[in-house]
Amino acid sequence: MTSLPQTTGKKLGLVIDLDVCVGCHACVVNCKEWNTGGYGAPLADTDAWGDNPTGAWLNRIHTFEITPEDAPAQIVHFPKSCLHCEQAPCVTVCPTGASYKRADDGIVLVEEDKCIGCGLCAWACPYGAREMDPAENVMKKCTLCVDRIYNENLPEVDRTPACVRTCPANARHFGDFADPDSNVSRMTAERGGMDLMPEMETQPVNKYLPPRPKTRPEAEGMLAPAIAPKANEGLLGWIDRALERLG
Amino acid sequence: MHPAISVIFFTVMSGAGLGMIFLLGLGWPMPTGPLAAFLISLLAGGLTVAGLMSSTFHLGHPERAWRALSQWRSSWLSREGVLAIATLVLFGLYALVWMVTGERMAWLGLVLSLFAAATVFATAMIYGQLKTVPNWHSMWTPVCYLAFALASGMLLTAGIGTADVLLGIPVALWTAAALVIAWVAKLVWWNRADGTGFSATGSDTGTATGLGSLGKVRLLERPHSGENYLTREMVHQIGRKHAKKLRIIALFLGMAFPLTLSFVAMGAGQAAILFLIAFVCMMAGLFAERWLFFAEAKHAVSLYY
Repeated sequence: MTSLPQTTGKKLGLVIDLDVCVGCHACVVNCKEWNTGGYGAPLADTDAWGDNPTGAWLNRIHTFEITPEDAPAQIVHFPKSCLHCEQAPCVTVCPTGASYKRADDGIVLVEEDKCIGCGLCAWACPYGAREMDPAENVMKKCTLCVDRIYNENLPEVDRTPACVRTCPANARHFGDFADPDSNVSRMTAERGGMDLMPEMETQPVNKYLPPRPKTRPEAEGMLAPAIAPKANEGLLGWIDRALERLG
Repeated sequence: MHPAISVIFFTVMSGAGLGMIFLLGLGWPMPTGPLAAFLISLLAGGLTVAGLMSSTFHLGHPERAWRALSQWRSSWLSREGVLAIATLVLFGLYALVWMVTGERMAWLGLVLSLFAAATVFATAMIYGQLKTVPNWHSMWTPVCYLAFALASGMLLTAGIGTADVLLGIPVALWTAAALVIAWVAKLVWWNRADGTGFSATGSDTGTATGLGSLGKVRLLERPHSGENYLTREMVHQIGRKHAKKLRIIALFLGMAFPLTLSFVAMGAGQAAILFLIAFVCMMAGLFAERWLFFAEAKHAVSLYY
């Protein structure tokens, strides 16, 4: 049934810390590696070693440049995967019931045997979180590694999405947003975690932590006098005056 | 958005077919005899079915298409499938009675017309519902689809039907009015689409990344060096190259020629062939119009690319 659940018991999702992400793409690679052998059909590539490689990925990193009006530009690496929205538009448009949001933990999944590959869910998603598999012709999306997080065959430390487990910078965090004391809820509250395109009214579960404010030299009044070179004092001042006198 | 030929063909053809079914259901006078009944039904049903068949060609798994009938409670695409099949079943029944008894059942016809119109509405809502594509997200989208289905269906019906005058008004004036209404709606749609962009939702790269409050945000590097499903499907830009010329072609073939031919037909009295030529012209114009409907539409995901 492609109607959305009224509420979900848990709200499992990710916090992505844009202040920390270094854009190494390790999460992208580990996501592909895990999910090509796990849930559903493999994540295919076409022309993988050719001139025009292309394929299905569930997690991609964009890199943006922010230019403030009064400061130099800064770079932000921006990982993007399914946000497991509470009002997921991709679910309600699905004509077959293949797309659904789980009532117990809020994970949005595709039942691939029911997917007819019409692509309407990808059109309905503002975030580009869904990609058609070029070999199987079914819609692929982030499963929040549903086959890891509940998998008792894995050591407990590995029962977390592959992208989170692999991140060498600790920029990705997994948890339950329904629990106000969870790691992700606390981080979101402390750092002002934000929704992407809130105006689309999708109510994303995943939150992004904005980059921390950069220190700006002109704002650092305390140390500035000690650092700024002064040509009228000490040895430098004497040399300066001596050179001036030479004409 | 990527303009898929199968979907353009589907919306244009089944639009005309359903427009004709709508008018047949309302009792548009037709030649009598079982053979005429059979051929006319085959034409209207055939156009609709050809369109629906074509729409399955863009599916990854056409063999599972039957599953799309299950989610009519929530999905416009599913509703469209259910309504299309219901309309065709009703039309089959209507055509059977017409062929066997020579009678066109008025009450069944009215129900049929209602279903045909609802099917076109549901088709349009597949696009009209998408908040991610501001050009489409408007009630003007179903208005255009309905008006185009009626106008194209009416040209075909007028070419085959036996009526010169309906409700005291020459048939040529009916077709002219349908054409004008349809293209006025489309001009309103184009005008809205040109002025809207993402301003309707206020989305830009700043809201897409959540970083807009920190400064001006622009993409520095794409996630991968090559294309991907998203860029091919939703960040498609090639089709926009000739947008202006295609709009003029659509207006000439879709409106100016059929409208002129309608007036010539009025002067010439019964001139079935003129209506049929006008119909073919309009279909060509609608292909151009429908290409632009997709090619000019910008998707929110393009803000990330």
